Amino acid sequence: MSKSVGQSMIRVDAYEKATGRAKYTDDLCDSSALIAKICHSTIAHGFVKSIDVTQAEQIPGVVKVITCFQVPNYPFPTAGHPWSTDPHHQDVADRLLLNRHVRYYGDEIAVVIGENEVAATQGVRALKVEYEELSFVLDVQDAMKDDAPQIQENYPNNILAHTNIRKGNYEEAIKEPGLIKVEGWYDTPTVQHCHIENHLCFSYEEAGRVVVVSSTQIPHIVRRVCGQALGIPWGKVRIVKPYIGGGFGNKQDALYEPLCAYLTTQVGGRLVKLECTREETFVSNRVRHAIRSHIISWVRPDGSFAARKLEAFSNQGAYASHGHGIVAKGMGSFPQMYPCDNVDGDAYTVFTNKPSAGAMRGYGIPQAMFAGESHIDDVAKTLGIDPLEFRHKNIMPQGYVDGFSKNENYNDSFNQCLDKGMKYIDYERKLNEYKNQTGPVRRGVGMAAFWYNTGVWPISLESSSCRMILNQDGSLQFQTGETEIGQGCDTAYSQMVADAVGIPFEDVHVVSNQDTDITPFGTGAYASRQTYIGGFSIMQTALALREKILKAAHELTRMPISNIDLVDGKIIRMEDGRVMMTLGELSTEILYSLSISQHITAETTAQIKSNAYSFGCSFAEVEVDIPMCTVKLIDIVNVHDCGTLINPALAEAQVHGGMSMAIGYGLSEQLLFDEKTGKALNDNLLDYKLSTFMDHPHLEAQFVENAEPTSPFGTKALGEPPTCSGAPAIRNAVLQATGVSVNQIPMTPHILFEKFKGAGLISE
Amino acid sequence: MTEKHEMQYKVVHCNINGKDVEKTIDVRASLTDMLRNDYRLTSVKKGCEVGECGACTVLIDGETFNSCIYLAVWAEGKHIITLDGLIGPNGELSEVPQAFVDESAIQCGFCSPGFMLTAYEILEAGIEYTDDELRKLLSGHLCRCTGYENILRAVKKAMYNKLGKE
Repeated sequence: MSKSVGQSMIRVDAYEKATGRAKYTDDLCDSSALIAKICHSTIAHGFVKSIDVTQAEQIPGVVKVITCFQVPNYPFPTAGHPWSTDPHHQDVADRLLLNRHVRYYGDEIAVVIGENEVAATQGVRALKVEYEELSFVLDVQDAMKDDAPQIQENYPNNILAHTNIRKGNYEEAIKEPGLIKVEGWYDTPTVQHCHIENHLCFSYEEAGRVVVVSSTQIPHIVRRVCGQALGIPWGKVRIVKPYIGGGFGNKQDALYEPLCAYLTTQVGGRLVKLECTREETFVSNRVRHAIRSHIISWVRPDGSFAARKLEAFSNQGAYASHGHGIVAKGMGSFPQMYPCDNVDGDAYTVFTNKPSAGAMRGYGIPQAMFAGESHIDDVAKTLGIDPLEFRHKNIMPQGYVDGFSKNENYNDSFNQCLDKGMKYIDYERKLNEYKNQTGPVRRGVGMAAFWYNTGVWPISLESSSCRMILNQDGSLQFQTGETEIGQGCDTAYSQMVADAVGIPFEDVHVVSNQDTDITPFGTGAYASRQTYIGGFSIMQTALALREKILKAAHELTRMPISNIDLVDGKIIRMEDGRVMMTLGELSTEILYSLSISQHITAETTAQIKSNAYSFGCSFAEVEVDIPMCTVKLIDIVNVHDCGTLINPALAEAQVHGGMSMAIGYGLSEQLLFDEKTGKALNDNLLDYKLSTFMDHPHLEAQFVENAEPTSPFGTKALGEPPTCSGAPAIRNAVLQATGVSVNQIPMTPHILFEKFKGAGLISE
Repeated sequence: MTEKHEMQYKVVHCNINGKDVEKTIDVRASLTDMLRNDYRLTSVKKGCEVGECGACTVLIDGETFNSCIYLAVWAEGKHIITLDGLIGPNGELSEVPQAFVDESAIQCGFCSPGFMLTAYEILEAGIEYTDDELRKLLSGHLCRCTGYENILRAVKKAMYNKLGKE
C-alpha cells in the first residue's frame, strides 16, 4: 500500500496559486458593489458628541451615512474562540458596530457608503465630528494606577483580568540559606501580523438572510458573532471563506464582518464591500499584546531552582478581543518548562488606549519565551554555567505530566532538539572561539527553547467535523470546517484522507473553501490545531466511510466483510490478495444499482479531549557592531519535535515563515505611538520594519520526529511554534557577544545604544 | 457632461499579455485598478497600494513596476505582462511558476504573482546572480509566510535551468 502521509506532496492548491487563478475575496466581488469607508476617531479617548453628516450626504455618489448614534445596541465579543454556553466562560462583549465612547486613536465612529471608493472616501472626509476628549493612557502599568483614565466600564484600574499560579510556598522557599537571586524585567513590543492581503469582506442579502464573503480564518465563529452583533438568529447569517492571503491570528477575530453585514441591511440588501487599507490593518484590526514581564529566580549554587516568581502585564489595548487568554497561556508555560517546587505567578491583562490586541501566531508564547529564555541565560551567566548545560539540567524532563492539561512529555524532546541545534550551529566550538573578544565588532552564539501545546483543550471546546462524499469513479470530496490559510492544511488533510480511506492521493479532492451553509461545523484555523484536531475527524469519518464501502463490496462480491479490504482504491480479498473490483467499479455499481442503490457518504464530528506538547528550540549566531549599535544575524536554526511530519516540505516551509517573523520580532518590528496623541506613527509597510529578503541569512529548519501517541497520525502543533524561540535566541547571542543583557525587543540601534552606553561599551 | 467626460476618461491602448487592447479608463485609476477591474486580471494583487509590498508587480516593456503607483493612462502604447502571461495557452506552467511549485515557495499565494514576475525579469537578464544579488533583486517584495527561503531556492533553480546549468 502506498503511503501518502510522510511524503512531500505538492500542495493541492499550488497550480491555482502559481497561475494566479486562485480567487481571493476581492477577486470574487462583483464590480457593482457599493463601497463602504470607515470614519476613524482622531482622538485616543473620549466621547463623540455629534457628527454632522450634511456635507457628506450632498457629495454625488454618497449613498448613505451611518454614525455611532444609529447602530443597534447589541454589545458583542470578537474573539475567535468557540462559544461557551457557560456565561462565566464567554468572551467579553464590549463593542458595538460603531462606538460613541472612543477608546483608541482609530476607533470606528461612522461609515459612509458610496457608489464608488472616491465618493465614499470624500464622504468620510466631509464628516464633521465633535468630541468630548478625555485623558488617555498607553503604558500598561500606568493604566493600572488609581488615577488612570477609566477605559472600559466595570473594570477598576483597567484590569480586564488577573489570574495567578501558586505552587509550593515561594515566601518560605526563598529563606533557604545560600540562594542566589536573579531578577529581570523584560519588554516585548506591539507588533502586527502583516499578512499581505488586507482584511476585507463583502455582504449582501439573499432570501432574507445576510451573506458575508470574508477573508477570515474562522467562518463558523464569524457567523455566530455577526448574529450576536446584529441581534438576528445565527441561522440568518451565511459566511463564505475563499482563499485567503495570510492571517496569522489577525483574522482569528471577527473584524469588520459584523459591520459589513449590518451595512447591507441598511441599503436594502445591496452588495456592500468593506476593504481595509494597510493603515487600517495596522491600527484598526488587531495587534500582538505587548507584555512586560518581571521574573525573579532563586537559584542554588549547583544550578538548581529553589523558587521562582513571575509577574506579567499584558497590554490589551482598547477592547477585550482575545483578552486574558494570551498572557494566561504564556504564564502557563512558566512552571512547566523549568519545573520548580515553589512558584508564584501573577498575570494581568490591562486595557489601554492602544489598538486592540488579539491572537497573533504564538498566542502569548513568543512574549513568554522572550522573557523566560532571556532570563534563563541571565541566571546561567550569574552562576557562571554554560546556558546549554543549565538547560539540560533544568528543562522539563521526559515523563513530565501537567496536571491540568494531562499533557505528557512522552519523549526527551527538549534535549533531543537542543542537541540537534547545537550540532548545526557548531555551538561548543563557537562558544569558545567567541570568549574574551574585545574589538568593536564581536560575534556570539545563543539559544532559546520553547514550550507550546496544541489546540485549546481543556480551556475550551475542541471539536472538528468532516464530510466525505464518494464519486462514481471511486474518488471522493472531503470538507472540514478547519480552514486553509496558506499553511498547507488542505494538502496535509488530503494525505491523511488518502491513507485513512485507502485510496490514492490523486483521488482525494479537497473542498478548499468554507461556506457555513455547506461546510460541516468546525471552529477554524488557530492554536496550531489543524493537523492534530482535524486528524481525529478525518480518521473517524474515513472509518465510517470504509465501513459503508466494505458493506457494499460484500453485497457486490458476496465475500465476507472480514475477508475484504480497501487498499489503494481497490477491493482486495485478503485471503489471496485478489483484486475483486476497483473502488470506481464499486461506486458506479452501487449508485446506479436497481436493487441496492446507495449514495455513499460519511460525516462525523469528533470531540477531542486531549492536547499535545510541541517543543523545540532556536540557535542563532550574530555579529554585533558595538559603535554602530547594530546586530547582524549570521546564522539561525530552528529544531522542532512536532511529531510525525505529514508533509516534510510543507513543514519546513512553515518553519521558515515562523523564523522570519521571530527575526523581525527580535530585531526590527515595532508599532510606535505618539505619546502626545496616541496615534500610530508607522502604520505602513515602509516605516514598520518587517523583515525583507535582505534581512535574513539562510533559515535552517530541522526536525526530531517522535510520533505523538494521542494523535491518529502521530502529529502535533507546528503552525505557531516556529515564531516562539527565535527572538530570545538572538538576544542571548548578543549577550554572549557583548556581555550585555538586552531585555527589550526589537533590538534596534536606539535600544542598543542605551544598553551599550549603560554597560560602558560606548560613550556619548 | 461631455467636457467632464473628456477630462476624466481617456482611451488607453496597450498590449496586455500579447494582445492589443483598448478601453476607456478613468484618468485617476492606477494600473492595478485597470488590470483588476477593467480587464479582470485578478492575479495582480493589492497589499498596500502605495508601492511598499510588491504584490501588484507587473512587467511594463520588460521591466518590473509596482502597478499600484503607476497610472493607468501611462500604460498607453506599453507592453504589459501579468502572471497570466507566464502561463501557456494550454495552462502550462513556464519555468518560474513551475519552480515555485516544485520548491514549495508558495503558501498563502498572495505575494506569489509579484515575486514570479520579478523572478521572470531576473531570468530574462540571462545573468548568473549570486545569492546576495538575488536577495537584493527580490527585496522589493514582502512575504509573511515563507521567510523568503524557498522563494530563493525556486528563483535559483529557475535561473540555473534557464542558463542551462543544473
